[in-house]
Amino acid sequence: MAIEHVDLAVQPGELLALLGPSGSGKTTFLRLIAGLEAPTAGRILFGEEDATRLAVRDRRVGFVFQHYALFRHLTVAENIAYGLRVRPRRTRPRDKEIRQRVADLLDLVQLRGLDKRHPAQLSGGQRQRVALARALAVEPRVLLLDEPFGALDAKVRRDLRRWLREVHDRTGHTTLFVTHDQEEALELADRVAIFNRGAVEQVGTPDDVLDRPATAFVAGFVGEAVRLPVDAAGSWIRIGPHQVRTPEENVAGPAELFVRPRDLVIARPGADAIPARVICVRRSGTSRRAELSLSDDLPTVEIELADGRTVRRGDVLPVVLATVRLFTSR
Amino acid sequence: MSDAALSGWLPRVRKPSALPGFGLTLGFAVSYLSLIVLIPLAVLVARAGELGLDGIWRVATTPRVLAALEVSFFISAAAAAVNAVFGVIVAWVLVRYDFSGKRLLDAAVDLPFALPTAVAGIALAALYAENGWIGSLFAPWGIKIAFTPLGILVALIFIGLPFVVRTVQPVLQDFDREVEEASATLGATRRQTVFRVVLPGLTPALLTGVALAFARAVGEYGSVIFIAGNMPFISEIAPLLIVTKLEEFDYAGAAAIATVMLAISFLTLLAINGLQAFSRRRFGHA
Repeated sequence: MAIEHVDLAVQPGELLALLGPSGSGKTTFLRLIAGLEAPTAGRILFGEEDATRLAVRDRRVGFVFQHYALFRHLTVAENIAYGLRVRPRRTRPRDKEIRQRVADLLDLVQLRGLDKRHPAQLSGGQRQRVALARALAVEPRVLLLDEPFGALDAKVRRDLRRWLREVHDRTGHTTLFVTHDQEEALELADRVAIFNRGAVEQVGTPDDVLDRPATAFVAGFVGEAVRLPVDAAGSWIRIGPHQVRTPEENVAGPAELFVRPRDLVIARPGADAIPARVICVRRSGTSRRAELSLSDDLPTVEIELADGRTVRRGDVLPVVLATVRLFTSR
Repeated sequence: MSDAALSGWLPRVRKPSALPGFGLTLGFAVSYLSLIVLIPLAVLVARAGELGLDGIWRVATTPRVLAALEVSFFISAAAAAVNAVFGVIVAWVLVRYDFSGKRLLDAAVDLPFALPTAVAGIALAALYAENGWIGSLFAPWGIKIAFTPLGILVALIFIGLPFVVRTVQPVLQDFDREVEEASATLGATRRQTVFRVVLPGLTPALLTGVALAFARAVGEYGSVIFIAGNMPFISEIAPLLIVTKLEEFDYAGAAAIATVMLAISFLTLLAINGLQAFSRRRFGHA
């Protein structure tokens, strides 16, 4: 995957998520930082230092691979100590110090007592933590995680996610992690960089990208939005046969309206309310949602239902747009 | 052989399994192995047994036989060791790099399998003789290759190479590149990565290849006799001695030497197997 014109400044100590659909270049970007891929143009700076021409092993990055890439023939302790043992004699810590450091890291990743095991004898979550400890052992300038929870089941993912945040807060490493799971990115990261087709669409806090999407792609990608083709004219937009008022006045002509389940509110019948027919009602996690048709020629949208509200298939609900996310069609 | 009968006398081997056919396939495997391998070998041992244990011992410990056994096993081991190194390099080049002629080179690796070994022996003898293309390069330093134990070594390296290459190659092919990348990000030099990560990962396959190359070398006859010079006590291999005995109609004596070879080979392979099982556990191939 080629990436182009990516200009991303990562703050020291920050936990930054690289979020995007598969093939959007986020892993390539991570590998460029690590030096596992060479850029044809552009520079990679660590602080003031230009690392673009620096060999992988001199970059002092901690890289955690999606499938962990542990050394199968080494024990957990040997895996963690590897980065210290391969150092030239001059800078290699003494055996005692290495052992101490390994013990500290085993405590940090909560694997004390498993130091003599081989990777084959560990669960997926445990392997992931060994991989993290191994990367942390070399005191990296930046920690890079490629889909760190990709291969784990949902429960383990959630636990590890919380735990990773704790580890980050305690160790304070500048951390970049790649994910295609927006829930993970939005929950875990200080800031999120949204990748699309080898470029960064937006960098911002989870609130920024959710509430103030910079581009149509971001608006459509995060928050399960449905994209409706509309016509905008000043303070009015036309959705199918319906006309509604909009606070967004800078868009005119053919446009795209992004509607998330929480953007629609059931209202009293009135001028601004759109009559929407209920197609079906279903559960989504702990909430209840109704699928609505605003017009036969538009994609259906979803609305979150309050507890206790009974809605049946075929009902017509008056709904208003509480939030308008409008972008000119490209 | 029915399932019931089998579970009667193999209660611990037979476990409830989702894969049926254990009884049938085990039965087939055992009959087949017996027919092709075990029964002929048993006949061999029986034939040697005509001499009695002390008879076999007497034949095996004559100085000439001892010398031949020593030549056979030591040079075979040395050839396997050389192949371990160069076989890995050849496999490495074939797997890791793309170059024109790669497929030809890949196919050439198998030639020692296909060539009648006598042809190989004659060709090698001609090349490595004192007046041959390669032999003449060494002659000025007083190194004779053909018609010395060195010649045997060359022939055994030749026939053993494919075993190492072909067992290491697929494992190297499947080797996870990310593991090497992980090593590099942790600060290892390329050399450290190869010696600390890649080679240990290849060890079980390499041991298999070395065991096969060694076994093949011990039994090799055709190519060696043309290049060895076959001087008793110096460059005479045990299989040649067996043929010599056969030509003297000393069948029991031939069988005795063969039995001793069989025993040594079996113990060696057993030891390599043990080492392999150990390394498999150690290297997490489970």
